[in-house]
Amino acid sequence: MNDNIDFKVNGKPVRLSVDTDRMLFWVLRAELSLTGAKYGCGEGYCGTCTVLVDNEPVRACQYPVKNVRGKEVLTIEGLASNGELHPIQKAFVRHNAMQCGFCTSGMIIEAYSLLKKKARPTRSEIIKAMDDHLCRCSSYHRILQAVETAAQEISPGGKR
Amino acid sequence: MNAFPLSRREFIKLLGGGIVIFFTPGDPWAMLQEAQRRGFDRGYPEDFNAYLRIAPDGKVSCFTGKTELGQGVQTSLAQILAEELDISLESVDTIMGDTALCPWDMGTFGSRTIKYFGPALRQAAAEARAVLVELASEHLKIPAERLATSGGFVFDRKNPQAKISYGDLAKGKIIERHLDPKPTVKPRSEHTISGQPFGRKDALLKVTGKAEYAGDIRLPGMLCARILRPPAHGAKLKSLDLREAEKLAGVRIVRDGDLIAVLRSSFDLADAALSKIRAEFDRPPEMVDDESIYEHLVKVAPAGAVVEEKGNLEEGRKISSTLYEETYFTPYVAHAPLEPHTAVAKIEGDRATVWASTQRPFGAQEEVAQALGLPLSNIRIITPYVGGGFGGKNRNRQAVEAALLAKLAGAPVQVAWSREEEFFYDTFQPAAVVKIISGLDASNRLVLWDYVVFFGGERTSQPFYSIPHYRILSRGGWTRAAAGAHPFEVGAWRAPGSNTNTFARESHMDVMAVRAGMDPVEFRLNNLTDERMRRVLLAAAKKFGWSPAKAPTGRGFGVSCVNYLGTYVATMAEVEADKESGAVRVKRVVCSQDMGEVINPDGARAQMEGCITMGLGYCLSEEIRFRGGDIRDRNFDTYEIPRFSWLPKIENILIDNPDLPAQGGGEPPIVNMGAAISNAVYDAIGVRLFRLPLTPSRILEAVRKKRSGLPASQSVTGV
Repeated sequence: MNDNIDFKVNGKPVRLSVDTDRMLFWVLRAELSLTGAKYGCGEGYCGTCTVLVDNEPVRACQYPVKNVRGKEVLTIEGLASNGELHPIQKAFVRHNAMQCGFCTSGMIIEAYSLLKKKARPTRSEIIKAMDDHLCRCSSYHRILQAVETAAQEISPGGKR
Repeated sequence: MNAFPLSRREFIKLLGGGIVIFFTPGDPWAMLQEAQRRGFDRGYPEDFNAYLRIAPDGKVSCFTGKTELGQGVQTSLAQILAEELDISLESVDTIMGDTALCPWDMGTFGSRTIKYFGPALRQAAAEARAVLVELASEHLKIPAERLATSGGFVFDRKNPQAKISYGDLAKGKIIERHLDPKPTVKPRSEHTISGQPFGRKDALLKVTGKAEYAGDIRLPGMLCARILRPPAHGAKLKSLDLREAEKLAGVRIVRDGDLIAVLRSSFDLADAALSKIRAEFDRPPEMVDDESIYEHLVKVAPAGAVVEEKGNLEEGRKISSTLYEETYFTPYVAHAPLEPHTAVAKIEGDRATVWASTQRPFGAQEEVAQALGLPLSNIRIITPYVGGGFGGKNRNRQAVEAALLAKLAGAPVQVAWSREEEFFYDTFQPAAVVKIISGLDASNRLVLWDYVVFFGGERTSQPFYSIPHYRILSRGGWTRAAAGAHPFEVGAWRAPGSNTNTFARESHMDVMAVRAGMDPVEFRLNNLTDERMRRVLLAAAKKFGWSPAKAPTGRGFGVSCVNYLGTYVATMAEVEADKESGAVRVKRVVCSQDMGEVINPDGARAQMEGCITMGLGYCLSEEIRFRGGDIRDRNFDTYEIPRFSWLPKIENILIDNPDLPAQGGGEPPIVNMGAAISNAVYDAIGVRLFRLPLTPSRILEAVRKKRSGLPASQSVTGV
């Protein structure tokens, strides 16, 4: 059943009239033209569709849109501000931390959420937080390096 | 575009003028396919394979039918071009995989782009530079010998103020050149861009979510299609009830024979409608499964052909003091790129445009033309960024489906396979069997190598060890196999054939080393005269810290070597294997690679890291389980691929060998992973597995067998 729903996406208020049982991923894509999050498995196993809802990473393909009512959604498109890349994005560029790039949006969003919670995670904490994100090209090493570089950049004095 | 092939001059005019250099990479495979493409009317001058253009605005573009799958050739090709033309990397545009703009190319696979395309591109750029200098000489009235190039300008060495830009030289010109004779290229010692580690040209788009993949293409009025699929390969539709599905708002259902699809504005809505379709299928009997397949393959294998032979097998047997006979097995393995096959098709009159995730845009063009019954020149395939391929996107079923549905619907249609469809229609690496009988003489030198590969294909089956008497027989290849062999489609998987052949050969080398009481590295060196291979092996051993010892040592060290199409690789792995749980953890991998000249060292290392990590999968966990045509593994819950927590420490060595022309780098290191790890597991706990993947249950079974004094070898009837 269609219903009106209000929430924020990348800082901007949105009002939609949709079937609120639909998954957030398809609504972002079909109704809001936000295609940065990707479909990889449709079951929440791969992480390519990850977005943040009130700073918590969720698998958008498994997350009913009714659960975002009144909340803030952040997608990869909202990470750079005023044309300036976020330090995590910069670090991914610097380390060439992608090949095909299909998993990159989900990886960056998950890392962003991790660094919000823990400024200077250890390598094993990064691996634990990111382990359900798959990268078939296997850029894993470079992604770890990028997250560590970004953490250092954001909180140079932070403790691990 | 014209229905008749244009002259090259007309073609340049169509491009908007400028200086255009046509060239043809000397790829022997592509030459073979020349005859095949002749006779197709693509409305194109056809005597070249690629071209570069200097536009009147100074922009330099390379047009190629190759595609960017993540392997980074968009960057390394641009490096070659920028180097030879003395321009910045940023001023180069690489236009890839658009059949209307790029000349025919057979496809992006086999680690061939840099090896075969690179040298031709370099010469084309050198020719373009020569043309620019010639034009500048006329314009500036300065002899060509006095002119030099830098930053997109030709200038007078004596008076650098006297200069003219490439764009100004190209303005108002229609100049075409074909490479004959070959121009002189820059000596490598003067290179400042080629050979340097450069960042990816596509990185910025990929970190901001702006890189466009086929699934991100949205056209006005576009519908999203979900197609009714059979539960198993070979199943036939028996009954169909569309009534419930048709009741849903905004649903269109189209049908053409067995192709039945629901079309809606979004895939989730289409899914909901598809689930309302009641369909029954007749399933064929399930003749084979993932256990019985090997015996089946051996039974149905064709007589095959000798790949390579030397000496005489009988003589080899006679002079052998010990014979070793083993059989090796590798299963069906999925490509599983993170982006499933996707395409968007738009049909206008008798013309179709298809955006497709593909490794073979020109193959897709042929497939779509055939399906629609239109001439090739009426079909345009555009390749956006591709989310991984690994050989799986050589076939373009999804592009054909999108085109057929767009025709039926009279509207643009997107087909984006679900993960289940991706597993179901994947063209797996074929299951294969290798039987080896080898012999050593009294000084532990290989004197006999009788090798038969069933359905694996021949690549890397040719021995690089010194063996006086050998024969390599290949029975059934990895391309579409004879009917009745496999219950579903198979095809090229990253380094086709080689993951099977090298697992068998390098496992067998260790089997012999162990029984001969020799260290595995010393045993290989004892049988190796190929200097390049000795060098990569010794480099790996040094970095790894390999000290000679007789396996099993308990250290968990393993080694494997391969010559993959001219790139030499030696890999050493250190593992922990748990006899109680059967779990294997790869702790460290050292990989030494001689790929000749290296264009982008960082890109080359990224490919090595990717190959090593991806290779952990086919070695430790990846295997498609099936009963007949029913694929049981259809998502990442049961089909496990490598993840962060599997990562070993990786140390890569690029052997300095710049005088050898650049060889391929997208595949070679993956080939060694099966044997390097399997040999390391033997070294750790003294059990050998002859079948991949090395799952905990198989390791436990091998441990049990060993404890009961049973032989580890596996066999099937008929080999």
